[in-house]
Amino acid sequence: MAKAGKTGREVSASLGFPLSVSALYFLSALYNPSATVEALLRSLKILANIAPILVVVILLMAFTSYLLSPGRAARYLSGKSGWRGWLLAIIGGIISTGPIYVWYPMLRRLREQGVRPGLLAAFLYNRAVKIPLIPLMMYYFGLPFVLTLTILTILASLLEGVAIELLLGGKG
Amino acid sequence: MGRAERKSFLRVLINAASSFALGFPILLGVILLMGLLGTLIPSEWLFKVFTANPLWDTLTGAAVGSIAAGNPINSYVMGGELLKEGVSLYAVTAFIIAWVTVGLVQLPAEAAFLGGKFAILRNGLSFILALPIAAATGLILSPLG
Repeated sequence: MAKAGKTGREVSASLGFPLSVSALYFLSALYNPSATVEALLRSLKILANIAPILVVVILLMAFTSYLLSPGRAARYLSGKSGWRGWLLAIIGGIISTGPIYVWYPMLRRLREQGVRPGLLAAFLYNRAVKIPLIPLMMYYFGLPFVLTLTILTILASLLEGVAIELLLGGKG
Repeated sequence: MGRAERKSFLRVLINAASSFALGFPILLGVILLMGLLGTLIPSEWLFKVFTANPLWDTLTGAAVGSIAAGNPINSYVMGGELLKEGVSLYAVTAFIIAWVTVGLVQLPAEAAFLGGKFAILRNGLSFILALPIAAATGLILSPLG
């Protein structure tokens, strides 16, 4: 029953936000219909662009659940995981692609399996390191900038992860 | 992989898809909000908010980067253009780093999936960290010209 209650809360929470955005669209349509249509088309384009990544995320969610049992997740990424947990979070964040929000469902699942919130924060922070975009960044800002910012970002991710652990005390 | 294991994976896959579907309306809300903001707020607006004060501009860069959403490519292109326009490297760095680490548009979705306290703390800390990162990057690179 508790689980059913939680699901009910999740459903209402998951509907509240899109309904608020729909209300914004309604207001926007009253004042500027053409811009609202343009916004809808822009949103559709974003959705079309990220659709393949969403499929990859669902598959990854399934694979992590399949391969990483709650016991294993707790061992690799829990309080006793040590430097290996941080390393996994850093590498995972750097290699993950697509918009940040497509990773939330997978991260929630990992959290439910006992992964520490600090590691999730480090994962999310390291998404700032975009390996495929490094050539573009170098073109605009040069190699020293890219190297400096990458190193500082990784260090900051650890700092943020530790701060989250201290502030949340391992809870989420 | 045996038949029983394959069945088990299929069950895990269906479970993952249902879990994802439960959160999909929130993702849809984020996408729709990004579409609306991207249309109603033109990118030229960015160039008007920076002054010549590096300290104030760094804070502004982090603030604008936190509000902005979308592909990080846009932040590099805009950051490069801002740099050409004479905006300080501190401000541009804060803008770029906040763009990817802070997400005010995605905050409701992050809170729904990972908890409100976690989402607010993470985004707040990311905003604060954008400032020393920008300062350190500027200080390290200034001797190199």
